[in-house]
Amino acid sequence: MSERAPVPQQSEPAEMRLDLPAAVKEAAIAALVAFGLFVLMIGIRTDQGPTGALVLTTRFGVLAAIVAAVFVAALLRATLWREAAVLIRHFVPATVKTATSGASGYAAVAFLIFALIVPVIFYSNRYLLDLGILILTYTMLGFGLNIVVGLAGLLDLGYVAFYAVGAYSYALIAQTFGLSFWICLPLAGILAAFAGILLGFPVLRLRGDYLAIVTLGFGEIIRLILLNWQSLTGGPNGISAVPRPSFFGLPFNSSDGGFAATFGLHYSPTHRVVFLYYLILALALLTNWVTLRLRRLPIGRAWEALREDEIACRALGINTTMTKLTAFAMGAMFGGFAGAFFATRQGFISPESFTFGESALVLAIVVLGGMGSQLGVAVAATVMLGGFELFREFDQYRMLVFGAAMVAIVIYRPRGLVSTRSPSVSLRAHKDISAAIVSEARTETPA
Amino acid sequence: MEYFVQQLINGITLGSIYGLIAIGYTMVYGIIGMINFAHGDIFMVGAFLALIAFLVLVAIGVTAIPLALFLVLLVAMALTALYGWAVERIAYRPLRHSFRLAPLISAIGMSIVLQNYVQVAQGARVKPLPPLVQGGYTLIEGNDFAVRLSNIQIIVVVTTLLLMAGFSFLVARTRLGRNMRACEQDLKMAALLGINVDRTISLTFVIGAALAAVAGLMFLLYYGVVDFFIGFLAGVKAFTAAVLGGIGSLPGAMIGGILIGLIETMWSAYFSIEYKDVAAFAILIVVLIFLPTGILGRPEVEKV
Repeated sequence: MSERAPVPQQSEPAEMRLDLPAAVKEAAIAALVAFGLFVLMIGIRTDQGPTGALVLTTRFGVLAAIVAAVFVAALLRATLWREAAVLIRHFVPATVKTATSGASGYAAVAFLIFALIVPVIFYSNRYLLDLGILILTYTMLGFGLNIVVGLAGLLDLGYVAFYAVGAYSYALIAQTFGLSFWICLPLAGILAAFAGILLGFPVLRLRGDYLAIVTLGFGEIIRLILLNWQSLTGGPNGISAVPRPSFFGLPFNSSDGGFAATFGLHYSPTHRVVFLYYLILALALLTNWVTLRLRRLPIGRAWEALREDEIACRALGINTTMTKLTAFAMGAMFGGFAGAFFATRQGFISPESFTFGESALVLAIVVLGGMGSQLGVAVAATVMLGGFELFREFDQYRMLVFGAAMVAIVIYRPRGLVSTRSPSVSLRAHKDISAAIVSEARTETPA
Repeated sequence: MEYFVQQLINGITLGSIYGLIAIGYTMVYGIIGMINFAHGDIFMVGAFLALIAFLVLVAIGVTAIPLALFLVLLVAMALTALYGWAVERIAYRPLRHSFRLAPLISAIGMSIVLQNYVQVAQGARVKPLPPLVQGGYTLIEGNDFAVRLSNIQIIVVVTTLLLMAGFSFLVARTRLGRNMRACEQDLKMAALLGINVDRTISLTFVIGAALAAVAGLMFLLYYGVVDFFIGFLAGVKAFTAAVLGGIGSLPGAMIGGILIGLIETMWSAYFSIEYKDVAAFAILIVVLIFLPTGILGRPEVEKV
């Protein structure tokens, strides 16, 4: 399927004139649909009464308000929005395109510098440091998954399994054998990589969505095993008192041999947070660096070739089995590192932290970042998790907004937040290309 | 032996519910090639709508259970179908010509939205409903174990069979069914031949959601409790069933559903209840190693 499916253009009427009756009709239909959708679900609430049976409370006021809001929104959309969309299409693209393509080279550098000085600026703000650590953890997971999905083109819906394997490996090895973080970290990565190969074998022959469901199932299997293998994993109670990291052997505590005393500082719990921050930043940068290097090696080229065309790969003598397995193993290894970091940072792990929701979030970060763009992953992680934190006050509406934002971003920016790529190979000048011509992001019609 | 027959009955009942949900996955996949991740949550919405509709009917004085159930079925199907339509219109249609993963992410987002919408609107606690359909038959009177077939199990299986028959007729014999099959083969060609592709896809979602609503009602009657999170696991199981049967194949969805139901019940009965989901997924993986396109799936022929 070499030619691209034509994208049907919305046929604009020759002259844009306001057609009020049609707009009102459209809005009325929207309001009617909204009424149908919400009449039972919002108009009536069920709660358990004192006897245990469900009692009904009506909320027709809320229902009316929502239907009215939908009517107004649909009316505005049918009148003003269309004109605005035409204006945007006329004026914005050129300027935005030049601005973003010019800036993207510097954006990565600026992003990195900012990430480096965050602990200096916000030293006293524990909350922001924790948020930074969270964002960097997901950035790292995104980089790891990007190897599997973005480079090798294998859709993995169970990435959280490797995160879990890494976390539990770290916790169990460190607790049982008393080894330090720096020995456990590579071990956790290796074990996760083995889990990746274990998953890789049965899925070698599968394609597309069959692959997706098997990876999803694998993620669930790992979670259920963690939940039910009580004697090893502690079941739903998880593992607590996971050993904390040390600064090359110096623990972060107020003792005489601790980090603060050795360097002649006043003891402060923030030292550990700052250390964790730089640790995950270093791990994320390592993942990024390895990915970028791998793309230049034969194995990286093979991944990208596999993504573009598996049959052509075979014809050229690429061992697709090895290529797929290494992609799974590499992606899993970085997931394992991130898991080990997560365990040491939290000090407590339980199967609840490794649900499908995490896999979905990481996949969303990769796709919304723009499939294969490293900077995009970092931007998407910041936007998604940062935005999520912004809505902290809205508490129960937070996930609702989060899901809606996911839908909105993918509809309005289907190519991701960063929609350019630097090609792995270029003839003379190195210049960015549009994501549209990369296979995973290519317009496809189902066969 | 009696124990086995009893588990067989339980497994087929559970499998029927999975099968009804699986049809929604398999139809959508067949036509536009996307995993409709929000379908499990549509099923959950259907179960909630059925519950609320039933309570409203009781409140306004419809107390005859058969009549109430029939009305609940109609209301839940109609309103859930509207949800299916709205989800497609809002989250998937704008991405019709986008790249492969875009609708998947949109669907995951939609699934999060639906779950949290129901949680906000109806609260996070489980909603119990006293058993509406009671009684049943004792099939075999064993020495120490009697095989029971409850009325609710009969209702679930018979409804599923009727719907399957009706749906197969719709796909095989009606104009809409022909359009759907044409779209499944080749969207572009179907459009060229004058089929309203958008409308056909919309109707596919509507039918899938209506069947999911029936599954939701059956789930509500069978288990007697619903909460906002039932959609995820049921959805994953049903999707597993669709893949096991061969995605895109309607009889495959039903066979896959019943197989998953049986595996789950048998595993809980004879081995350990904790690992029943592990067993379902593990068997899926094993089957796919030997039959990479499921039991009834067509092998994908790749042309170069």
